[in-house]
Amino acid sequence: MADQKASTSIEAVESGLAAQGYIASRQIATAVYLSQQIEKPILVEGPAGVGKTELAKAIAAWRGMKMIRLQCYEGLDEAKALYEWKYAKQLLYTQILKDKLGEVLGGAQTLHAALNQLHDFGDVFFSKEFVEPRPLLQALEQPGGCVLLIDEIDKSDAEFESLLLEILSDFQVTIPELGTVSAITPPTVILTSNSERDLGDALKRRCLHLHIGFPEQRLEERIVESRVPGISQTLRRQMVGFIHEIRSLDLKKLPSVSETIDWARVLVLLQASELDTEIVKDTLNVLLKYEADIEAASPQVTTFIAKAARSNVFG
Amino acid sequence: MRENLHRFFRAARGAGVHVSPAESIDAMRAVKQVGFSDRAVLRDALLLTLAKSQDEKLALGDCFDLFFSQPEQRDDQPEAASDDDAAQDADRSPSSGAASEAGQGRPPEGLGPLAQMLLSQDRNAIAAAIASASGAASLSDIRYSTQRGIFSSRILDAMGLQRLRDDLDELTAANPPLAERLRAALDALREAVRDTVAQGLALYAREEAENLRNEILRNAPLARIERRQVAEMRTLIRQIARRLRERYSKPRKRQRRGHLDVRRTLRRNAAWGGVPFLTAWKRKHRDRPKIVALCDVSGSVAQVSDFFLLLIHSLHEVVDDVRSFAFSSHLIEVSEILEKKSPEEAMAEIMSKVGFGSSDYGSSLVDFEKEFMSTLTPQTTVIVLGDARSNNLDPRADILRRISERSKRLVWLNPEGRLAWGFGDSEMPRYATFCSVVRQCATAQQLERAVSDIVATYQ
Repeated sequence: MADQKASTSIEAVESGLAAQGYIASRQIATAVYLSQQIEKPILVEGPAGVGKTELAKAIAAWRGMKMIRLQCYEGLDEAKALYEWKYAKQLLYTQILKDKLGEVLGGAQTLHAALNQLHDFGDVFFSKEFVEPRPLLQALEQPGGCVLLIDEIDKSDAEFESLLLEILSDFQVTIPELGTVSAITPPTVILTSNSERDLGDALKRRCLHLHIGFPEQRLEERIVESRVPGISQTLRRQMVGFIHEIRSLDLKKLPSVSETIDWARVLVLLQASELDTEIVKDTLNVLLKYEADIEAASPQVTTFIAKAARSNVFG
Repeated sequence: MRENLHRFFRAARGAGVHVSPAESIDAMRAVKQVGFSDRAVLRDALLLTLAKSQDEKLALGDCFDLFFSQPEQRDDQPEAASDDDAAQDADRSPSSGAASEAGQGRPPEGLGPLAQMLLSQDRNAIAAAIASASGAASLSDIRYSTQRGIFSSRILDAMGLQRLRDDLDELTAANPPLAERLRAALDALREAVRDTVAQGLALYAREEAENLRNEILRNAPLARIERRQVAEMRTLIRQIARRLRERYSKPRKRQRRGHLDVRRTLRRNAAWGGVPFLTAWKRKHRDRPKIVALCDVSGSVAQVSDFFLLLIHSLHEVVDDVRSFAFSSHLIEVSEILEKKSPEEAMAEIMSKVGFGSSDYGSSLVDFEKEFMSTLTPQTTVIVLGDARSNNLDPRADILRRISERSKRLVWLNPEGRLAWGFGDSEMPRYATFCSVVRQCATAQQLERAVSDIVATYQ
């Protein structure tokens, strides 16, 4: 019974994302479905350009939710990710209110009474008025829920990870002066990483771990089909086959899905109907981003085109 | 099925995937959502919840395939019932085939269930019986390859080997050809059980065995590592380097904004009568680590320095300024060789250039002072790795003193035990006076601690 429901929902995720132009593999759809069901963030790892960030965008578009994006970098801290006190505003207000201080303390006869009055006054300065919400806090405060994309978490420092832990497990955050802010609707959280550094176990523990690698040939063809509508079937097959051959080489940077799409667009622009050595050599720089890679791949081009064409016959 | 899932978690741990109780709860919740019927979806769900890296995913995927390729253990049925089943099966189906094959009548009555089953050659029943017997013998507890024998015999016992032996004895007297067949079948059964145990070992035992081996290796003297262990040791050293890198690489990159600097804030905003429009922040200042490593590669300590250089160079991401020198009777710089070539090639090249000679610390230090003294700055940590045995030649401790004066710290790592320092041609006591730290460094663990301390001083 439950099985029946589950498999149809996974398909629902798949078709929902497909409607946004994101062709998800079964693993991806399962991950999205599960993250919904058991309320867990998804940590997406994989090489650059395979659609990690796109996934978050597609989910947001599919569900009609706002997407809040936090781009991580070295030195990203609480103040930039979560919230910050508006120091300058606080100080400025103090200055302006300096003259009023006499009035505030006016009624007090003893030091003790004056302190009590000042105490109330101090609390005003550490209230919501003076908090500047940053992406993480914003995400928690969205009444209708949102998709929170924490992009390239591997670029941030270890301390920042620890900061995320509370948000990821309980969808809440504690501001010492204010208390705990809980999410009105738990956001759907997607974290992406290029594995630049290993993430902490505590963080990984809180997430579903999804690895998006280079897609299989069929899947990639479907992705191209959805993204570059004008391309002919033969050309699509050939170019995807060719890219799969290229990925077998030992290159500095293997072409990923975004490069496939770019290349498909370029080929359509050039009105190519099928691959030939000439056109591939001219456009190889769309696929490969290093001079050394291009040099390494060039001699193989003819063989690869032939191979890709041959696999078409059987495919 | 829940029981099965628990066994799978155990198998996953065996495959080197770290499955904590909390993770297993997540996995259970996920499985509850997707159900068991679709194997592929189940596999995805488990991989998503349990595996935390791509390596773990691969290992867990293999583990899943191996695990679910086994027939399920019938834990829910009492032992006797399954035996009865098997016996019935044996009675029912293929006995006629077996009989015609061997030209015999039906297996004589009065044999034990196991003998019946074996003679009837019902493969499915036998496989099921093995599976349920391995459940009874708790095969999932197997940890070491030495336990294979014990588990095999436990499983055979659980299947009723004792009764079979009695039957065999009787048959040998009553019906020798049938006894012969039974014996052959028993051999085949033994083989099948051995395979099952081997598979169980592959499923459940990898982690423990690996941990044990690593533990031994970690504490083994580097100088006496056997040839076949060298590759493993290299992997271990790389692991250590990775761990150190993870521990220390982050703070180095951080240019951290600290607390509000009240004094500077006020000064900056003096123009606005002290109304702080611009804020100023305290910054923490850190030294950039610089390491100069001098490695003795003479015959006696060559292997230790081999691992040491490997470690230092795997640490490049932590320490961006490392220069390495190798010497036995004269000294050369090897930074470039180590950086450009694969570890194996680099070691071979260094050894062929300066290695395996008899050591002369004096002349090597002279070489260093002549050419490389200028690389030392007050931020440099100098690490010397060697046994300080200078073949009774002039140790030139005065140069070491100058090195120590020019640098932040001078660390000497000696692969010999403290007891040997100062005896024979060891100049250690004389050098030690100019060193900030002197340590014994003979095992991978000591090496890790030493390097960790050195890097930590720059935090």
